[in-house]
Amino acid sequence: MSDRENGRERQPDAQRRPPGGGPGGGGPGRGMPMMGEKPRDFKKSWSRLARYGGRYAPVFIVAVLCAFGGTVLTLIGPDMIKDVTGVILDGLLTGIDTAAVMDKCLKLLAIYVVGSALVFVQSRIMASVSQGICRRLRSDISSKLNKLPLRYFDSTTHGNTISRVTNDTDTIGMTLNQSLGQLITSVTMFAGSIVMMFIEDVTLAAIAVASTLIGFVFMFTIIRRSQKYFRSNQKYLGAMNGHIEEIYTGHNIVKAYNAERAAREKFDELNKKLSDSNWKSQFLSGLMMPLMGFIGNFGYVAVCVAGALLAMNGSIRFEVIIAFILYVRLFTQPLAQIAQTATTMQSTAAASERVFELLDEEEMAPDAPVTEKIDETRGSVRFERVRFGYEPDRVIIKDFNAHIEAGQKVAIVGPTGAGKTTIVNLLMRFYELDGGVITVDGVPTSKMARRDVHDLFCMVLQDTWLFEGTIMENIVYSKRGVTEEQVVAACRAVGLDHFIRTLPGGYSTELGDNASLSAGQRQLVTIARAMIEDAPLLILDEATSSVDTRTEILVQNAMDKLTEGRTSFVIAHRLSTIRNADVILVMRDGDIVESGSHARLMELGGFYAQLYNSQFENS
Amino acid sequence: MLSVFKRFSRRDIAVVLASLAFTVAQTWLDLKLPDYMEEITRLLQTAGGELGDIWAVGAKMLACALASAATAVAVGFMGARLAASFAQRLRADMFARVEEFTMEELGGFSTASLITRTTNDVTQVQMIIAMGLQVAIKAPIMAVWALAKISARSWEWLALTGGAVVSLVILIACVMTYALPRFRRVQTLTDNLTRVTRENLSGMRVVRAYNAEEYQEAKFEDANRELTDNTLSVHRAMAVFNPGMRLVMSGLTLGIYWIGAFLIESAPVADKLAVFSNMIVFSTYATQVLMSFMMLTMIFMMSPRVAVSIRRIHEVLSTEPKLRDGGVTQSPPELRGVVEFENVSFKYPGAEDYVLRDVSFTARRGETVAFIGSTGSGKSTLINLVPRFYDVTDGRVLVDGVDVRDYTQEALRKKIGYVPQRAVLFTGDVTGNVAFGDSAGGAADADGVARAVRIAQADDFVSGMEGGYSAAISQGGANISGGQKQRLSIARAIYRDPEILVFDDSFSALDYSTDRELRAALKRETRGVTSLIVAQRIGTIRDADRIIVLDEGVLVGSGTHDELMRDCEVYREIAFSQLSREELGV
Repeated sequence: MSDRENGRERQPDAQRRPPGGGPGGGGPGRGMPMMGEKPRDFKKSWSRLARYGGRYAPVFIVAVLCAFGGTVLTLIGPDMIKDVTGVILDGLLTGIDTAAVMDKCLKLLAIYVVGSALVFVQSRIMASVSQGICRRLRSDISSKLNKLPLRYFDSTTHGNTISRVTNDTDTIGMTLNQSLGQLITSVTMFAGSIVMMFIEDVTLAAIAVASTLIGFVFMFTIIRRSQKYFRSNQKYLGAMNGHIEEIYTGHNIVKAYNAERAAREKFDELNKKLSDSNWKSQFLSGLMMPLMGFIGNFGYVAVCVAGALLAMNGSIRFEVIIAFILYVRLFTQPLAQIAQTATTMQSTAAASERVFELLDEEEMAPDAPVTEKIDETRGSVRFERVRFGYEPDRVIIKDFNAHIEAGQKVAIVGPTGAGKTTIVNLLMRFYELDGGVITVDGVPTSKMARRDVHDLFCMVLQDTWLFEGTIMENIVYSKRGVTEEQVVAACRAVGLDHFIRTLPGGYSTELGDNASLSAGQRQLVTIARAMIEDAPLLILDEATSSVDTRTEILVQNAMDKLTEGRTSFVIAHRLSTIRNADVILVMRDGDIVESGSHARLMELGGFYAQLYNSQFENS
Repeated sequence: MLSVFKRFSRRDIAVVLASLAFTVAQTWLDLKLPDYMEEITRLLQTAGGELGDIWAVGAKMLACALASAATAVAVGFMGARLAASFAQRLRADMFARVEEFTMEELGGFSTASLITRTTNDVTQVQMIIAMGLQVAIKAPIMAVWALAKISARSWEWLALTGGAVVSLVILIACVMTYALPRFRRVQTLTDNLTRVTRENLSGMRVVRAYNAEEYQEAKFEDANRELTDNTLSVHRAMAVFNPGMRLVMSGLTLGIYWIGAFLIESAPVADKLAVFSNMIVFSTYATQVLMSFMMLTMIFMMSPRVAVSIRRIHEVLSTEPKLRDGGVTQSPPELRGVVEFENVSFKYPGAEDYVLRDVSFTARRGETVAFIGSTGSGKSTLINLVPRFYDVTDGRVLVDGVDVRDYTQEALRKKIGYVPQRAVLFTGDVTGNVAFGDSAGGAADADGVARAVRIAQADDFVSGMEGGYSAAISQGGANISGGQKQRLSIARAIYRDPEILVFDDSFSALDYSTDRELRAALKRETRGVTSLIVAQRIGTIRDADRIIVLDEGVLVGSGTHDELMRDCEVYREIAFSQLSREELGV
């Protein structure tokens, strides 16, 4: 068990990756070509993709010409071989014209080399084009993400968005690379070999085409039939994976409640169903190869026999049969490829549909052309008739008014799930109000540029967000012109400096898998980051559960230090914070139900008083 | 790599042998087909051939083609059946093995890894078996047989075919040695891009608050550029593949005719026709040889991935669970709900430091014993020794006077209602989650479920859910909130009607008032049940019968809240970090 994971295990995300991808592009294509995903509107998403890649049109046309040219040259091959055979046959008994053979063979070799070179050029171009498109798609998604309202992220899973950045663009890149070139080559090859055969001999051509087409009709019927097994296979695979995931993650509960037998029984049932649909789909997809083989053989037999009959009555020369043997081979290959390309193009369409859907998402309303700015921030905040709901028809904050003087402390309290982060969302303009205004120093935040609103606040949230990078980078973050002394000063202020210096790399220690900070230390880093930001207003989430006591004291001191001289909005968990607050906003079921000082609210005897008492009442 | 294949049963081996036989037959048929063409050529080139003769040969060819297709289908059928049933057994064995694992082995692998091992890795093996039977067996037989046929007639053609094979292999090898490491790098870079994106998404609020959009985008662009460049270099290298292969293929056919012309020319007159018809047939053989080698290369390319999968599967199957079941199923009837730690020390396997050192205490029937201490003080570890998720390193843990190691695991766990730190729910409905496992003999009792749900303060939201007690719970309980999940997970423990309730920091997800009401209801309704509670909040435990304070794995205080406030420095420190002096009444 040398290299167990190191945390780099492929997550379920990866399961959506088309199997068999990678070098060698799909191997012998076992089964997979049948599993294409259906797009909603094939034509629309392809034309959208075409427009998106419009700038590559000139090189793309070159690639198309190359593919076409290369294929046509390949198609000349059998005809030349026929000629060579003809020369040999002519001189079979009298002596072969070796000079003519040499000449023709050299020419053919040249044709083959040029043909391959053209195909090579085509592949290179398509690789560049598809990766170029892919890269631009990813960039566009990335910048799009920063223009979307937070509403979008709160209603979409991260996995979903991530899979569009990686899996979907990957699919697009991979299939564009393979499918377009292949499509052109295959179609040309298919049409070309038919044409060439008919030029050689009409009767034999008709026989060859008919005999292979019968085989293909048969094959496509099987493919169509097998779809349902693939779908049920996917379904059972999903159910099985879900069950495994659940039982493994709940291992201790399964053990503690002696539920192994029940879990095992359900597993066996799912496993049996999966295995059953598995072999069927595997068998059907496995049929592809023998069928292809049979079609090839059947065409071969038809051409040999019919050709021989024709040659016998003198209507064709023998070497025509040779040409046909080769043409039938060229003719059967592209049909299977076209079928495969059709399905890959479907998955491309489905993937680009998802990507464009994201790119078409409604963005945040742009900042007003003329925005107001606060010259010198004092930090008084006023809520006037604020109305808000996450869904348009469900208003949760109905008519909220409050006035907070510069430098005052506001505690936001309420039971879990009461919507305390809503206040943060509104103050930071992560969400827009449905009615009323929030003003800072008399300027409505809705009239300011979003950047300027954000600049007014420092923010420390409960889930401490750090990224892979050094401690220094994490503290400085996007702020420019920060000196090392400032960072050290901030860390000293929050009591983190000593700890950082004990780390092997000091301030340049990489935060990653191995240099792990405790929850409390992570929180201290985000507090230091807020200190560096040094904005006049503060949003703070105080929750510090699961922190060891000594760090907790540090964190609290650091938080207290951060609130000094700032108008602060604190999602409060400590009673001292609540009681010392100038204004308490009491939240329940999304709405702000009460507001005022501790004394006033206790006097009121409402929800706050009830909440407060419940915590200190000694059972 | 072969270790997993040792699991083939006799029947499997019989199937493999049968498909081997079929494959040999198929190869014979496939190679027979061109032989008939030789006959046709002879018939055509010698005067006096009859139309009927051609038809006769044609019929034989058709029979060959059909028989070949039939054998191929048979091989495909056997392969699919074999692979699916083998995969089924392999998955079942893995699942059973993982079920036996203790937390120790589970931790060694990580859950995510075990999931991929049981699903994706097994699928890989299944694919290789099915494909192996169809391709891996056929390709070498075909290659060798066809080469043998050629070599019997002319060394020149043999040399040419050999040359083509060698150049094809060299081509593939070159492209692969260039592309494979880069491809692996592409995987890493994709992970990297995913990480950057995930980072941006999870920190969206922070990113916006700090106006750091450009910063994030620049980071993304770096990752994006690196990924694109690498992918492009892989794809460009792969671009040689198709045209290269095509060139070798066409070149080979061409070469056979080219050489053929001279061979015929130099052959004695009597043999000329034979050499000519050989030429026609050999071009087909040679293509077969080349195709076989291409197939082999494909398999060869897939094999490292499969080898990794097989190794990972083998690791799981060869890991023996460390826990051994004891034999005791009945504890002395006069003892109920008694938990005793006797000088217990514990360290995690492979760790240097002890997590717990010499801890002793007794919890009597009906008592509530709470454990508190800072992160890493070992309180969670301690409580996990009771249901024997781990075995002690030194000392003994006794439940009802019997060492936990002497019980069968089933008997021990029947006594315990365990609530983990992170609530775990399963796909199904509310009732199924509360009446879980072997509680109440397996059949859910509606009144019992309702009572447990009520005590756990979950009746409000359960009755609000569509369908009430039969409301659907989705995978991992994704459709209800964290606090609700925790309450259902507590209801599950209560429903079990255990002697001992174990709460591993189960109250943190609840707000203060629910926490308080729940504890009051528990006290009222579960008299005579011993409760062991790990908690973070002083408020949760201050009314416990006894509080045990742990500091770095050592028991530093034991007593009621008031006693500890008086005598225990560590406890006081924790208390003051959470509540003000006046709230503590000091």
